Amino acid sequence: MSDWLIYRTFWDLTVTGVALGAIYALVALGYTLVYGVLRLINFAHSEVFMVGTFATLITATNFIGIPLIEEGNYPYRTGITLVAVLLACIVGGMVVSGAGAVLLERVAYRPLRGSGEHVGAVVLAFASAFTVSLIFTGSTRTNIIIGLVGTAPLAVLYLRIFRRGRSAPRLAFLISAIGASTAVAEAVAIWGPRDREQYQTSRVLEKRVLFEFLGTDVRIDYVLVIVGALLMLTALVLFVNRTRLGRGVRAVAQDVETARILGVNVDFVILVTFLLGGVMAGAAAMMFTLVYDQTRFNIGFLLGVKSFTAAVLGGIGNLRGALLGGLVLGLGENYGAALFGGQWKDVIAFVLLLTVLMFRPTGILGESLAKARV
Amino acid sequence: MLLEVTDLRVAYGKIEALKGVSFGVNEGEIVTLVGANGAGKTTTMRTISGLRTVIGGSIKFNGQDITTMPSHQRVKLGICQAPEGRGIFPGMTVRENLDMGAYARVDQKSVAVNEDMERVMQLFPRLRERTSQLGGTLSGGEQQMLAIGRALMSRPRLLLLDEPSMGLAPKLIAQIFSIITEINQQGTTVLLVEQNAAQALRRADRAYVLETGNVVKMGKGIELLDDPAVRAAYLGGR
Ligand SMILES: Nc1ncnc2c1ncn2[C@@H]1O[C@H](COP(=O)(O)OP(=O)(O)OP(=O)(O)O)[C@@H](O)[C@H]1O
Ligand SMILES: [Mg+2]
Repeated sequence: MSDWLIYRTFWDLTVTGVALGAIYALVALGYTLVYGVLRLINFAHSEVFMVGTFATLITATNFIGIPLIEEGNYPYRTGITLVAVLLACIVGGMVVSGAGAVLLERVAYRPLRGSGEHVGAVVLAFASAFTVSLIFTGSTRTNIIIGLVGTAPLAVLYLRIFRRGRSAPRLAFLISAIGASTAVAEAVAIWGPRDREQYQTSRVLEKRVLFEFLGTDVRIDYVLVIVGALLMLTALVLFVNRTRLGRGVRAVAQDVETARILGVNVDFVILVTFLLGGVMAGAAAMMFTLVYDQTRFNIGFLLGVKSFTAAVLGGIGNLRGALLGGLVLGLGENYGAALFGGQWKDVIAFVLLLTVLMFRPTGILGESLAKARV
Repeated sequence: MLLEVTDLRVAYGKIEALKGVSFGVNEGEIVTLVGANGAGKTTTMRTISGLRTVIGGSIKFNGQDITTMPSHQRVKLGICQAPEGRGIFPGMTVRENLDMGAYARVDQKSVAVNEDMERVMQLFPRLRERTSQLGGTLSGGEQQMLAIGRALMSRPRLLLLDEPSMGLAPKLIAQIFSIITEINQQGTTVLLVEQNAAQALRRADRAYVLETGNVVKMGKGIELLDDPAVRAAYLGGR
């Protein structure tokens, strides 16, 4: 390889690494935000991301009606139409992921916190009865009927178990999260038209080179991802630091009980935190499909684990740490893959994590939503 | 009666920390709860603020039963607390901590909030000099001032103070107590928990003595100050 090629490859890897890192960072924010207020790793966050990619797909193909292939080519759009389609897709992703995260909180977590939650217990009761009925019959109508019949007695049972003021042990939250994420991923796998296959997404953006940077061609999709992620992060930091509700989020992260004493509706703040994380993941989901043009029912898993790694790497609970961790991970993976071969990519991510944790157990920037200003 | 606590029972696991505590606070009063370590004073205060669920008894505020009301709604009714240990948000500035006090107010960003901020700054000039300092870097005394000031920012009808003198130098204790009296004279009802029984009894209109989860004595502050049993138990027999 000539020097020129190495040089060029390096900057190539840098650009793609930063873009990938930006996506990790956006998803990592969800882990970090929830950890900040609940001291809990929301392992179902990966599926919040996954439903976002499908929301993007459905927005483009079903709502806007853009085909996968148009006259033998990608269905490229330009100008205002392109902007409108991309905006619709990102909004679709953010709305669905945000709503998904909120639903997850109410069904999988809130009842366990002992907040005397009724809605969550009822939904959970329906979901349990429905799931059990799947074992016996494949007919969706029968499943729904059994689910509805089982709802009342199970809801009564759950409300007794999850009494107000009685929080479940921490392990229960983990199990609940794993259950919820399996349920969501499997639901997509079972009910999606292509089952467990990969889905292509409509490629509306022609990925041309926008400009040249240090001898590397920088593609427009990477630029959009990086700029978009920075905008989202800035908006989040401003919200958390400048608004009343954002202050409430920080208060809950720093001292829940004092927050309560001062009139913060903690359950609401937790809901808002899940919503914020979901919205960020939804944006990341749209950016992911923009770059990779595909998704699958289990797409969330590896990306979720990596983003969680990014969050821990930067310092979990720390918003800026999520950005830093994402970038370090995206770049590290890319450089490492170039050095050792692509098959090592995922290994490198975890070696990086272990190395950082060995020397700095609290991550590069340290835990922060709790201890310092974000 | 502004606050009416009747036969309150609260447990940690199987251990009952409050075994039927009853007392009341009239509008405009300073009432103090005194008692030894572990008597249940903090438990009482936290339960009034809604941090603990009760296993029996009731709490009424201004005639309304608030026994099972969520904490944040109690603040809206006018109950705010400067908790034991002060509960300063370490990563927020003094200003942000004070803003947190006004969190539940419906009149956000109004003139009234600004006036209250000004009033707090007048009560505690030290806070004015430190508005952009992080709460976690304040001295103990400054944190206590901030905790009281923050509670005042909610414009409470009933101010709950749990050991405001803890860990402070004698001179500062005297100052904190006279500020509490001043706050009360400006129209805020105060429920005060204190280890420093002598000071508290002197300032209080009425007092209750708590012993292992029971109210064992009540009376006018000054009367209890002269009560031999109280003197022996809480005032070092002086
Ligand atoms: N979180 C808790 N878990 C278990 N027991 C508790 C808890 N908090 C308090 N207790 C117990 O409840 C009893 C009353 O405690 P509380 O803190 O109300 O006392 P206190 O009167 O405020 O004491 P102090 O003057 O030391 O602050 C004590 O026996 C204490 O050990
Ligand atoms: Mg106490």
